[in-house]
Amino acid sequence: MELSVYLRNPYIAAGLAIIAVFLAFAALAEYIAPYSPVDSVAPPLQPPSPEHIMGTDNLGRDVFSRVVYGSRIVLAIVAMSIAFSGVVGSLLGLTSGYLGGLVDKVLSFVMDSLYAFPSLVLAIALSVALGPSPVNAAVAIAVVYIPTYFRMIRGQVLSVKNEGFIEQARVLGLPPSRILFKHIMPLVSGTLMVVFSMNSADAILTEAALSFIGLTVQPPTPDWGFDLYKGRGFILAGSWWLMAFPGLCITLLALGFALVSEGVSKITGAKLR
Amino acid sequence: MLRYIAVRGLLIIPSVLILYTLVFIILRILPGNPVLAALGTKNIPEEQLKAIMSELGLDKPLYVQYFEYLANFLRGDMGLSMVVRGRPIASDIADKLPATLELTVWSIAVSLAVGLGLGYIAARWGGRYFNAFTRLLGSTLFVVFIPALGLGLQLVFSSYLHLLPSGGRMSSVEGFRPITGIYTLDAILELNPKALLDALQHLVLPSLTLGLVISGPYIRLTLSNLEAVMGSKMVEAYRARGVRESRVVRHAFKHVLIPVVTYTGLQFALLMGGAVLTETTFNWPGIGTYLVDKVMYRDYTAIQAVILIFAVIVGVTSLVVDVVYALIDPRVRY
Amino acid sequence: MTTVLEVEDLWVKYFTLTGVVNAVSGVSFKLGRGEMLAVVGESGSGKSTLGYALLNMVPKPGRVVKGRVVLGDVDVLKLSPEELRRVRGSRISLVFQDPFTTLDPLRKIGDQFVEFLMEHGLDEASAYRTAREYTEAVGIPGRVLDSYPHQLSGGQKQRVAIAMAISLSPEVVVADEPTTALDVIVQRQIMDLIDEVKRKYKSSFILITHDLSLALERADTVMVMYGGYVMEMAGREEIAGRMLHPYTRALFESLPRLGQRTLPKSLPGNPPDLRNPPPGCVFHPRCPKATEECRRERPMLVEASRNHFVSCIHPG
Repeated sequence: MELSVYLRNPYIAAGLAIIAVFLAFAALAEYIAPYSPVDSVAPPLQPPSPEHIMGTDNLGRDVFSRVVYGSRIVLAIVAMSIAFSGVVGSLLGLTSGYLGGLVDKVLSFVMDSLYAFPSLVLAIALSVALGPSPVNAAVAIAVVYIPTYFRMIRGQVLSVKNEGFIEQARVLGLPPSRILFKHIMPLVSGTLMVVFSMNSADAILTEAALSFIGLTVQPPTPDWGFDLYKGRGFILAGSWWLMAFPGLCITLLALGFALVSEGVSKITGAKLR
Repeated sequence: MLRYIAVRGLLIIPSVLILYTLVFIILRILPGNPVLAALGTKNIPEEQLKAIMSELGLDKPLYVQYFEYLANFLRGDMGLSMVVRGRPIASDIADKLPATLELTVWSIAVSLAVGLGLGYIAARWGGRYFNAFTRLLGSTLFVVFIPALGLGLQLVFSSYLHLLPSGGRMSSVEGFRPITGIYTLDAILELNPKALLDALQHLVLPSLTLGLVISGPYIRLTLSNLEAVMGSKMVEAYRARGVRESRVVRHAFKHVLIPVVTYTGLQFALLMGGAVLTETTFNWPGIGTYLVDKVMYRDYTAIQAVILIFAVIVGVTSLVVDVVYALIDPRVRY
Repeated sequence: MTTVLEVEDLWVKYFTLTGVVNAVSGVSFKLGRGEMLAVVGESGSGKSTLGYALLNMVPKPGRVVKGRVVLGDVDVLKLSPEELRRVRGSRISLVFQDPFTTLDPLRKIGDQFVEFLMEHGLDEASAYRTAREYTEAVGIPGRVLDSYPHQLSGGQKQRVAIAMAISLSPEVVVADEPTTALDVIVQRQIMDLIDEVKRKYKSSFILITHDLSLALERADTVMVMYGGYVMEMAGREEIAGRMLHPYTRALFESLPRLGQRTLPKSLPGNPPDLRNPPPGCVFHPRCPKATEECRRERPMLVEASRNHFVSCIHPG
């Protein structure tokens, strides 16, 4: 399907627009943010004003600048984890689906057990075990989402495996890897897009949750969830801007991906489960 | 029917084992002495360290630890906390599990109310735009970041309006002694209205937060299923027989319950994750906060125990859902 | 012969997003007591819509735009929702085509039957008795009432549907393709049952079907519909003797016959687009006898001979 069909869909357009804004934040942070995110530049706990459109935090740092730079960490962690789980999960799904038999049965059962388990709890446990750091958080999130990709790819492989032309390829003696990549993968792309975007939305929320528990970054690194965590006491005492803006960003970015997922699934008719 | 339950029940065991093994491996494989990490200091004399390790059973070979812990767990002994010396983890969990259960159940209630209610309104009286909006709401409600919503509600209702407490389960109420640990239930059992009111006041914000965020799929499910059923030949037949509309809707709803119940089971995992986050936001003393607290200290044994508990809960709820499904839909039974 | 149902100049349209569909155009007929009228037509002829209209149940976005449906002394189309509810099932009932989807799979048959009867005023005890009585009258054992729909066969479910449809002794029973979803042997059984009910309880039937041979076999009066209009309407003898309308003839010739050596002739062309019906006679694009006149003028339903009506410019 051509790109223009996708881009004309209102959900996808809106979603991509939102994502683009945050990508711009991340890529061009130095140009967009008015101040440094880690230096104290003003009196602490100032409500939004013309100089500080999102106010200042308890250490006198400009919240808007922190928000802009924060998108970097968030997007970095999410991108890393999705890439990892996408690749590993897909490969495992491909092999498992193609090989079938005992291997497939065992692997599927393991993946199903993981899939059924609350992802945040598992991510927390893994993060703790590995130690709090952005990379470890990315790994933890990645592990949690491997079953998602596994199931999806395996499902597609199974439905396609016995189609006539695959049998043909096998009869002709083409090596399995060739069959897998040249013939099976292209058919999977529709579902892949839906799952990928929905997964990104999930991952953003999981990253924010891990940050809120303090398992990702260390001060003074700017991160939305982490800022919420550090600002809790002050928020409840009345500094609402410390909660509103980072919180809004988390939700908005996740919403962007969710909208894209909605739009793609409407067009391709692909379902998530 | 009983055979069905038994078979399904047995399948829970391998699932739980898989998760336990995964976490066990990850926790143990890492370098560094866990006790030192837990106590956060490097200055413990050799013999004392050895003594602590032996006390906690950490000096035995790995595979022994693996099986021993499992065996003990089944007997109810979940090990000793690494941080608070001598404190059995099982009693901590026994204290906190009911709190999480209570929060979860009330949140599901909120979700069902929102989901079924909104879905019903849209199916019965909705127009094209309202329904499209409701559907979109259903698909995207989950993106609301729970701590953000929670903090926001706390700010408004607690800090500004002083209407509701901002955290915790209960302020001290005279003469209230929890029996099951589920305060709302206990308050009713003890006929203590003040306690009930207090417990409910503390429950409102957290269950509203969690309930709203997870209600999305319920909204969608109710709307599309109700629309489908109300447009079905079965409903036409009911109307052709002259059965009044209110009864027809009631019967239609039973059909909607099936996917809703199934969904609750499937998404219980998601719910637990959200519960952890909600507990952290509201200082709700459940296993979520317990886990998070232990995170700070890297209390491996406690984390292991919590994971096992979660795995069992997920397995059991999925079983319960299947049973309830079979009760509603006679086609599964016969 | 007393008239139990009189339909006068009935028009039903569907107001869809892509246009207005003229489903039923100017249909009129009278139904006598104990009489069976077969409404014959292909899909899209308007026959099912007609059936729904008789109970004022045309699904959205459809609406009856003109006409009267007079059941005894009341015009069904003018009743209030509550009056309508009371009439449906008790004075005029509808048996659906697909017995698999019209019973609630989550409830016992007996519960549904009894609820229906109680909604029409019976007390619980009488309702149970009546349900049992009619279930057995249609040839299935009473204990079926304790079963769930999925435990019954298609034929049994259809019998239950018929039992419910006659249990309050309605004046008219509308059966919309009651046997289409069933296999041939069961078809015969169900039609025999309907015959018996007709005889025993003197109820009038409207049999909606696409099967002309079934209509000729069982009905007292046959009404052929096409594109929402009535093409021909006559008593069974009259129409079997002489089919005046080219469409009726074409339908008849498309039926396979024993001993026939060649394939039955099918009608060329497609059913009309009811959002944009052809001018003049709605059948003329496919009619072998069509002339210029047929395109200009719409023929009215006129009495060609005793008990034989046709709407055609070149009948016979």
